[in-house]
Amino acid sequence: MVLELQKPRPIWQIMFSTHHTDIGLLYLITSLAFFFMGGALALAMRIELFLPGPQIIADSMTFNRMFTVHGTTLIFLFILPFASAVGNYFVPIMVRYKDMAYPKLNAIAFWMIPPAGALIWLGFADFTWYAQPPYSVISSPAPAADMWIFGLKILGVSSVLGAINFVVTILKCKHPDLPLSKMPLMAWSFLSSQLIIIVAIPTFAAALLMLLTDRMGVSGFFDPAVGGDPIAYSHLFWFTFHPEVYVLVIPAIGMMYEIIPRFSRKPIFSHSSGVFAFIMLSLVSFASWAHHMYATGMSFTEKTVFMIGTLAAVPASAMHVFNFLATMWGGRIKFATPMMWSIGGIALFFSAGAGGVVNSAMPLDFITHDSYWVVGHFHLFVMGTIAFGSFGYAYYMFPYVTGRMYNEKLGQVHFIFSFVGAVLVFFTQHVLGLFGMPRRVFDYPPFPEWIAMNQIITFGAFLLAIGAAIWLGNFVYSMGKGKPADMEDPFELGGKYYYPYQSKTPHHVGY
Amino acid sequence: MSEHGNWAEWVYIGVVCALLVWVGAEAWNVERLVEHVPADAEVIKVTAQQWFWSFEHEDGTIEIGELHVEKGKAYKFEVTSKDVIHSFNIHDYVVLIDAVPGRINTVWFAPDEVAEHEIQCREYCGLLHYNMRAKLYVEGST
Ligand code: HEM
Ligand SMILES: [Cu+2]
Ligand SMILES: [Cu+2]
Repeated sequence: MVLELQKPRPIWQIMFSTHHTDIGLLYLITSLAFFFMGGALALAMRIELFLPGPQIIADSMTFNRMFTVHGTTLIFLFILPFASAVGNYFVPIMVRYKDMAYPKLNAIAFWMIPPAGALIWLGFADFTWYAQPPYSVISSPAPAADMWIFGLKILGVSSVLGAINFVVTILKCKHPDLPLSKMPLMAWSFLSSQLIIIVAIPTFAAALLMLLTDRMGVSGFFDPAVGGDPIAYSHLFWFTFHPEVYVLVIPAIGMMYEIIPRFSRKPIFSHSSGVFAFIMLSLVSFASWAHHMYATGMSFTEKTVFMIGTLAAVPASAMHVFNFLATMWGGRIKFATPMMWSIGGIALFFSAGAGGVVNSAMPLDFITHDSYWVVGHFHLFVMGTIAFGSFGYAYYMFPYVTGRMYNEKLGQVHFIFSFVGAVLVFFTQHVLGLFGMPRRVFDYPPFPEWIAMNQIITFGAFLLAIGAAIWLGNFVYSMGKGKPADMEDPFELGGKYYYPYQSKTPHHVGY
Repeated sequence: MSEHGNWAEWVYIGVVCALLVWVGAEAWNVERLVEHVPADAEVIKVTAQQWFWSFEHEDGTIEIGELHVEKGKAYKFEVTSKDVIHSFNIHDYVVLIDAVPGRINTVWFAPDEVAEHEIQCREYCGLLHYNMRAKLYVEGST
């Protein structure tokens, strides 16, 4: 592993580099920066909702723009680039190749992200991250909406370029001595998630263009006033974005597969069932998109089909959970920071999945749909599972990237604040949804239960924010002043067999 | 899996699948019953627009921002929108259906108690989405 921060280089050398670890570093810094920006919006929204009536945000339009940019940022500018960061660092090493297959393309894919981020943040659109027509066609103010559309367009191209690069690197540049079946599960997670991207993204790319021409008034695909159909957009959108949620979650599971066996000091319980579950997930992810659309007036048959498609994805996810628990079972577990995040992430992944089964059962969805339940549900995935897995991995790769150790105590404090915060925020949001509070609201009527629950949620959000601040301080300080890491075994796990697929180069710990 | 000869994983997957089949079958059955609109249901036309609700009864009376119905009767809502997508929601009776311009979606309910309930919009529709509310008054039969 290249130690970028130990031998300082001028920043432009990293910026114009096409080496995979440099691109990885650029992705890493960008994604974390966007995490803090999106998080700041979340905190502002939570303060606003602490009490009914306007608090700190001037008007509902500002609030609507904030949740739109918050959601867009955290999905497209935090989670996805974070996965690309990890993939860039580790996938070439895992398949034993010198770099990504197409280094220049790799750099281009990264450099599309900052301009797209700028378009989204400078525009500050208000039509939620669904951009649902006809609202987004007839009601959403320009130029913000158009800037968002172009931003997403660019991000889509960037994702597809990155995905092609990963798939080719894995399938074509893999060392001939390493059969696919023996490839580490994290590399498998990238292979399956990037294949999903290639199949799923073009649909939304088309929908975005149609949306743009609708907004320009030269077409009417989605505008019923001129004979279009807004529900067609929903289908195109969710055909891309239901699979996309697996694109987000699969690499995070892959990261846990790196952490859990090492910190349990035991080989993975079953490599083959991990592979099988990844393949299953990527296939069934395409069978459930319209479970987001039960309330649009679908027929009973359509609803039934998509309910079955949705439930079909559950066994594969459950297999991953089993694999993790069975790996930890009887292991000498070391509860260091990366491991704590992974365990917490698995617990919340399980809860999120259980909630998902409820959503997919059609009569129950009419209770939960578009209420705060849904906000709690998907945050258990995006924050509780994906961000937790990613944070754990950020701690895990910290010594390999910087050559130094972070402060372990503070890492654990970060985890504890975040875990308690996440439980308070996201579980309470589920209950608030059952009490009927709709999502995407700037204000709410002063029902006593709603007020009490909103206050608990905001309190939890502060715990999350404190944790994040501790994290930032820890990393920034340790990057320069942390104690030098023992690169053979930075986490003091001992023994080479904790790196099962490393038997060829047992001493090369950071791969 | 086979290299571990593991029965525990198979049992676990079996239990998960059985639970899923049960949830699916139960959901299918309930939804089938819930969707069956009684033949004598009175029709109420619901129109959403930014940012209020209007209701038209069978006898032609129009109400805006409030809806009066009688306890013990069944009502079928024919829901549509004049501008963007909204979602018609009486949470206390699990009534939820999108109001989509250019389409009429139906949903029904039969209030069984004299009470007041909240009607709200559950799909983001812009500036005053958060305040797109109406009151439902369930009254005793006269
Ligand atoms: C740090 C903890 C977080 C808090 C306290 C938080 C809070 C919020 C709040 C208050 C909303 C508005 C909900 C509504 O009115 O519908 C929201 C929406 C959303 N959040 Fe988060 N969030 C957090 C982390 C994340 C993360 C990590 C992601 C994704 C990776 C994410 C993705 C989203 C999305 C997609 C939306 C929906 C935006 C929309 O309605 O268009 N959030 N969040
Ligand atoms: Cu979905
Ligand atoms: Cu609305």
